[in-house]
Amino acid sequence: MKEIQEYEKDIASIRNMMERSAKFISLSGLSGVLAGLYALAGAAVAYFSLHYPVSPINYRTYSLQSPEAMLKLILIATAVMVASIGTGLWLSNKKAQKHGLQLWTTASKNLVINMAIPLVSGGIFILIMLYTGHFGLAAPACLVFYGLALIQGSANTFDEIRYLGFSEIILGLISASVPGYGLIFWAIGFGVLHIIYGVIMYNKYDK
Amino acid sequence: MKNPFDNLDKVLEHRVRLQIMSVLVTNDGYEFSSLKEILGVTDGNLASHIKALEREKYISVSKSFVDRKPNTKYKITERGRNAFKKHLDALEAVVKQQK
Repeated sequence: MKEIQEYEKDIASIRNMMERSAKFISLSGLSGVLAGLYALAGAAVAYFSLHYPVSPINYRTYSLQSPEAMLKLILIATAVMVASIGTGLWLSNKKAQKHGLQLWTTASKNLVINMAIPLVSGGIFILIMLYTGHFGLAAPACLVFYGLALIQGSANTFDEIRYLGFSEIILGLISASVPGYGLIFWAIGFGVLHIIYGVIMYNKYDK
Repeated sequence: MKNPFDNLDKVLEHRVRLQIMSVLVTNDGYEFSSLKEILGVTDGNLASHIKALEREKYISVSKSFVDRKPNTKYKITERGRNAFKKHLDALEAVVKQQK
């Protein structure tokens, strides 16, 4: 028969395994900060090439519906996304190596699959919106679907991701009710929020 | 009162087996390589404990090929889930009784 402390250790190890096995813990907070900076840079490029010299906080009285403008925005958004995902993979891989872990584990695969479902449906939905001329709600829809994806994925990583998800959804809904300010909300959601949560996660888990 | 020690599962008394079960009860399918990494044990050690759990029909195995590399995935069975729960209840009862 084992000592009583051994049984207590058994219970502790069960808890530890349940927690660690389901969560992807190599997610880099620093990559969140960088993703936020890329988004702010992207928003700045979009502003200077499309809106300037109209102040970004003024209500936009003209509409952005020319195919060239639309293409430009989609290109900028895609570039921001590719750079962010690339940085995320690179820094998370570095963090995993530092702790002697692998990047591609059952937990990280589940994270990707769970996030992909709202992201892909949202992406297709937004492309259909743009194609059918419903431009006004594209930026809010980006935020809402991204928030849903984060909440869905948060079961497989740090809890902060869940709160980031809620923040994105709330921001998206506010943005949907004040049309014309899409770019500003987009910059807050993908830029400022990523930087804030990235810093929180960096201080908590990366050090 | 019945002795709670009697309810402990002999097969699950081993820590590594208990940890394997903890991982599988939380996750719907887990790969051999991921299990090895999270438990921090050797191939041989893990394989022998997995075999013991398989013999009890606590876990099931599915083998497939991903990019031509063999990929072995384990799942907990209904029988395994019940056994795990019973063992966990017994562990709690044992610890509680001593306090």
